[in-house]
Amino acid sequence: MPAIALIENFLQALVAGVLMGSLYGMMCVGLGLIFGIMRVINFAQGEFLMLGMYVTLYIVTGLGLTSFLGPYVGPFAGAILAGPVLMVGGYLLHRYLVSRVTGVRALGAESEGHYAQLILTLGVALVLQNGGLILFGSTPQSVRTPLSSSAWEIGLPFDEFAAVFVNQARVVSAVISVAATGALYWFITRARLGKALRAAADNPEAAIYMGIDVDRAHRIAFGIGTGVTAIAGGLVATYYPFQPYVGLDFVIIMYAGVVLGGMGSITGAFWGGMTIGLVQQLSALVLPFQLQNVAIFVVFLLIVLVRPQGLYGRSVERT
Amino acid sequence: MSALGGRGRVATSLAAIAVFTLVYAVGSAFVTNKYYQLMLTLVPIWAVMGLSWNILSGYAGLVSFGHAAFFGLGAYTVTLLLVHLDLTPWIGIPIGMMVGAVAAAAIGLPTFRLRGHYFALSMLAYPLALLYVFEWLGYQEVALPMKRTDAGWYMQFSDYHVYIGVALVMLVVALLVSLAVERSRFGMALLAIKQNEPAAEAAGIDTLRWKMRAIVLSGALAALAGGLYAVVLLVVTPQTVFGMLTSAQALVVTLFGGVGTMWGPVIGASILIPLSETLQAHLGNVIPGIQGVVYGLAIIFVILVAPEGVLWRVRDRLRRRDPATERDAHPAPPSASTRPIRHARPAEAGPPVLEVSDLSKSFGGLKAVEAVSFTVPAGSILGIIGPNGAGKTTLFNLLNGFSRPDGGRVVFQGRDLVGLKPNHICRLGVGRTFQVVRAFGRMSMLQNVVCGALVASRSDAEAVRIANGALEQVGLAARADASASTLSTKELRLMELARAVASRPRLLLLDETLAGLGRQEIEEMIELIRSLASDGTTVVIIEHTMHAMVRLAERLLVLDHGRVLTSGVPSEVTRDPAVIEAYLGKKWMTAGAAG
Repeated sequence: MPAIALIENFLQALVAGVLMGSLYGMMCVGLGLIFGIMRVINFAQGEFLMLGMYVTLYIVTGLGLTSFLGPYVGPFAGAILAGPVLMVGGYLLHRYLVSRVTGVRALGAESEGHYAQLILTLGVALVLQNGGLILFGSTPQSVRTPLSSSAWEIGLPFDEFAAVFVNQARVVSAVISVAATGALYWFITRARLGKALRAAADNPEAAIYMGIDVDRAHRIAFGIGTGVTAIAGGLVATYYPFQPYVGLDFVIIMYAGVVLGGMGSITGAFWGGMTIGLVQQLSALVLPFQLQNVAIFVVFLLIVLVRPQGLYGRSVERT
Repeated sequence: MSALGGRGRVATSLAAIAVFTLVYAVGSAFVTNKYYQLMLTLVPIWAVMGLSWNILSGYAGLVSFGHAAFFGLGAYTVTLLLVHLDLTPWIGIPIGMMVGAVAAAAIGLPTFRLRGHYFALSMLAYPLALLYVFEWLGYQEVALPMKRTDAGWYMQFSDYHVYIGVALVMLVVALLVSLAVERSRFGMALLAIKQNEPAAEAAGIDTLRWKMRAIVLSGALAALAGGLYAVVLLVVTPQTVFGMLTSAQALVVTLFGGVGTMWGPVIGASILIPLSETLQAHLGNVIPGIQGVVYGLAIIFVILVAPEGVLWRVRDRLRRRDPATERDAHPAPPSASTRPIRHARPAEAGPPVLEVSDLSKSFGGLKAVEAVSFTVPAGSILGIIGPNGAGKTTLFNLLNGFSRPDGGRVVFQGRDLVGLKPNHICRLGVGRTFQVVRAFGRMSMLQNVVCGALVASRSDAEAVRIANGALEQVGLAARADASASTLSTKELRLMELARAVASRPRLLLLDETLAGLGRQEIEEMIELIRSLASDGTTVVIIEHTMHAMVRLAERLLVLDHGRVLTSGVPSEVTRDPAVIEAYLGKKWMTAGAAG
């Protein structure tokens, strides 16, 4: 019955879209945090994702996580551990490079140093990509877990042969993504340090007068943003073969998600990423495989053109 | 700095272009190594690409991450025309440029609704969408067919020097186009848009039209670079022409060399392209990836040393060493040639210039302006007062077109202004200043005022003349060359006033022009506004300084919570108990009683 097959396909794509979207959402949250707090367009975010994948790989294989945590928990624990490692990396990168052209130092510069910051992060991206090539080689890698190739089969009530397959690795990834996003949201809205970060974002000058170390706030935000994206990278690595140039595959998705979410909003960024995931998977139902990403861009442009402040953002403008 | 570039500076630039071209051509004539010849061809191609990006993103400040869209369309147009229709690139490249221009118009029109980062990132989507579309169409890798006969007709030369020559000619074309933009009201308008778009719009600059022109020109130039790239490389893939690295390359060569100047992309390309190609050739085989690392490090290093590009950095260095070349003084035209702005003196309480009826605007649940009606007779001064948040500035935004009212009419000289854009309203004769001065910070005072004069003038020279006249009128002629970022509050207010006056308005909307001024300065400003009004300009002014307002305005309009509380001559209004309660407070009443 074609109608049932249609529904089955739709539900399958919907489930895949939600799982994928959660992961994209988490990537976007990392980038969105950096953008929201310091108004920096970080072109190296895709490379942080890539580093997250490799760090996960080396934690899992090098430290032998799988041997004492087992093949099920090991890879995911590795991904989560990649977070703090890259958080330190991001913190230091900001401390020694990015802060020189952004934040307090760039307040007076032309267009507040946007040009310098763009090209700086492009340079960082180039170094990380090609440095990765030297360090890790170009052979595609993956972090294997038995869950990657096992799925739950959920029967549909209206037909005994119809079923939706749910990949177990992706479910675990999605759960971790949602949990991490939730934790970050709590941190930003409730924790003292998170409030300081928001104050620094809202009005850097006023924040300085209130005794907030804005540069430090930026460093922390940059570190956390990097770490969150790295965890997302580690999770992606459980099902997606990667090489040092893998960042380019995702950086556009991240930016599209953040813009859709209304730049600067954490929950917005998550829903932006979710939207991208859903569009990507659902468009596969009607479009040829190669045009999946075109669908993302078309939907992205349509939404942004109709709502310039983003799907989940609010418009604030004053003359 | 001259306002629109004097003739002498244009001649210097032309000479510089000629010298550069000559040196480059002669220098490359001695290069026989094929690899270096290719490199010497790529430098002008990427310089053209950088110049293209610079017109939109450097001059107008609309950073684009998607210039690969135009580059790729140019490359594929040339390639596909040659493959399918056997059409020579000599014709294919111009057609490609047209495709690039049309695509730019189609992309610009919707995307210019977005601002800042949103615009920049949305531009990313276009080339990437095109990339997948071209892959899907089956153009993964298209080679340009080799032509054995009539090779020159197909732009296939056995002597590589010809390629260098062709690329160089195209670079010269792009440089001349950039020069023409830089030294005309086109460049002036783009610069104003970059520095303060609302102010540009209020000064009568049709921002959307100039932005559209910029992107169309930019798209055509990028397509030129792309078309030539295809001809030289002989093979096109979606990744190489639409990929993110192509967009990034345009940005990198320009930012590296210097933004907003035509030599920036040329310098950037001349340093970076040889650097990356040489690294690729010498290190690429030893350790794959090392060239990318070195290239990336070089970019990082330079940007830390010179955040605004190599050219600006070097220029600043030279200027510091030799103060004589600091600024080329602008020869102020003789004041005799400046016409004071003077309209016919209207009769007392003449016909209304402005009739506002039932004007309303709400933001969400907040009624910012509610059913406001008033008329302003020609040549009079109307003062608008009211507590903070009474809707005064919102009212101005409705009058000059920044926001659209929910209801009501604004009739200016018999014409309904509702729905018109600010630049249109300015051209009809409504000038405006802002509560927080909106200066074009990187321009001189004169240039700021010239931006306002563009609408009132046919030629650029006339604009400069009008601007000088307006500066003289506000008493700032002596400071015409001072950079706007160095001015005092009073000078800023006066400059903004001069900019508004330079558009030859019949109606001036002044938003808290006296704010932040000292007692003596206020007196001078009042005198100035009075003299403007006596010359026939009608003035509507928002002000908090009650003492000044009472003496300046002929009538007062009191707003509170978006509504008209009362209106009338100052002496009556200030005695109105409702006004006293809402705005002036008890202190005024006792002071008034005492006085």
